[in-house]
Amino acid sequence: MKSNNGSPVLIKKHHLEDWIGRIYTTFCVSLLVIVIVSMMYFVASKGLTTFIKDGVNVGDFLFGTKWDPNGDNPVFGALPFIVGSFATSLLAALIASPLSICAALFMNEIVPSWGKRLLQPVIELLAGIPSVVYGFVGLSVIVPLFRDVFPGQGIGIAAGSLVLSVMILPTITSIASDALSSLPKGLKESSYALGATRWQTIYSVIIPTVMPSLLTGVVLGMARAFGEALAVQMVIGNAPHVPRSLFESASTLTSVITLNMGNTVMGSVQNNALWSMALALMVMTFIFVIVVRLLERRHQL
Amino acid sequence: MMQSTFRTENLSVFYGKYEAVKNIDMNFPEQSVTALIGPSGCGKSTFLRSLNRMNDNIEGSRITGQIWIDGQDINAPGTDVIELRQKIGMVWQRPNPFYKSIYDNIAFGPKYHGIKDRKKLDEIVESSLRKAALWDEVKDRLKQSALSLSGGQQQRLCIARALSVSPRILLLDEPASALDPVSTAKVEELIVELKKELSVVIVTHNMQQAARISDYSAYFYLGSVMEYDKTDIIFTNPTNPNTQEYISGRFG
Repeated sequence: MKSNNGSPVLIKKHHLEDWIGRIYTTFCVSLLVIVIVSMMYFVASKGLTTFIKDGVNVGDFLFGTKWDPNGDNPVFGALPFIVGSFATSLLAALIASPLSICAALFMNEIVPSWGKRLLQPVIELLAGIPSVVYGFVGLSVIVPLFRDVFPGQGIGIAAGSLVLSVMILPTITSIASDALSSLPKGLKESSYALGATRWQTIYSVIIPTVMPSLLTGVVLGMARAFGEALAVQMVIGNAPHVPRSLFESASTLTSVITLNMGNTVMGSVQNNALWSMALALMVMTFIFVIVVRLLERRHQL
Repeated sequence: MMQSTFRTENLSVFYGKYEAVKNIDMNFPEQSVTALIGPSGCGKSTFLRSLNRMNDNIEGSRITGQIWIDGQDINAPGTDVIELRQKIGMVWQRPNPFYKSIYDNIAFGPKYHGIKDRKKLDEIVESSLRKAALWDEVKDRLKQSALSLSGGQQQRLCIARALSVSPRILLLDEPASALDPVSTAKVEELIVELKKELSVVIVTHNMQQAARISDYSAYFYLGSVMEYDKTDIIFTNPTNPNTQEYISGRFG
């Protein structure tokens, strides 16, 4: 309305918009940072209490194999859970990576016409299924199957990794697929123009070029597997010791925390020990993030 | 013009229903440079890409008419595209080296065409780089990443890479338009040098460049060839008034 009053008014309005936008986004970012930092502080302070106040030895915690928080002489060895977490997420990544990378190649390179149209929704769907459903399916399909085929009860790291591998498929596939579709077109064409076949092009031009992104996908998938609690807890058995086979009941950091959190008293050693495990989880997540960062930096060269 | 072993006959290229290139008859004389000029979107690049069947990878593209090389229609069923592309190399506007060492960039093609002998590969790498006038600049760092080269060097590397499979014909799609004047001059010199051994077809938007390096020029407009003749004639005495206008910069 005041537009014909001259430019000063207009400029002021624009400046105002600019400022409002700036203040609003700054507020949002600060909120995020504050939440994250305070969570880190909270988990760290709780988690470290076990070692500082309750006098549990860090070495015993990380490498002790016996977990008996309620005994007469409580022992807090978290190694079984750390091993369980690493074993399940590594195995899950090992199963899921080739599948997801091939799926991404299929929809971007082999049949770009309908591959993406068909597979993209499937992958989004896969990502949207609640983890309890995965766990339930694992419990009623995978566990009985393993029980029939392999010695043991069917529960254990193998069942957990298989369930997790399906859960992290979408993560790895979509990251790999994004990387593939952002490749410069000329790169593929120059390979074709030299008379390379599609397979040769994929194998020695495309994959080496997107390797850092593929690894980023795998690491993020592993991070997701590492942090997943519910589905794993349903199929892994939750026995607190280092299993001797993949088909023997075991536990992960997350499954132990979710199972025991309700049964401990806030402020007790038992409770604090769980916080220490949460801290270990958080530290691992940071390591995953750092690895991803390093991979991305390599990609920029 | 004499009929050459590399020519198109009534060639049309369609993207879906759109006819991007219309009924083109063109001869590409041996050991000479043919420039394709014309305003953007006139079908030059599409035409060029159809010459080694790069359009195969584009969904909905369709070709009618023939492209003859050594008495063979390259679109005939049963043609081995892999073999064909060994005969006809191509270089694009933007340098696009592979994320590999300089050496591996050049050795890539020959390796896939069955050359395993290390010595033979070394020879091919050296001779290709020499032909592309890049050898002296990179001979001490063949193992370094090709991405460490400057833009102009990368483009000459791409030309060397195309030469590594000893093509008879080289297709260049605006090979110098992303380069600085010094690199452009080098690439131009290189093209003139290359025509001693092979035929070059080059798409360019730079009229001076076409005049400097080509022996024949074709003026494309709206998917058709308006005029095709010796470069001297096209640039000094074109028959088509349209060509005259485009070349003198009054149009396009």
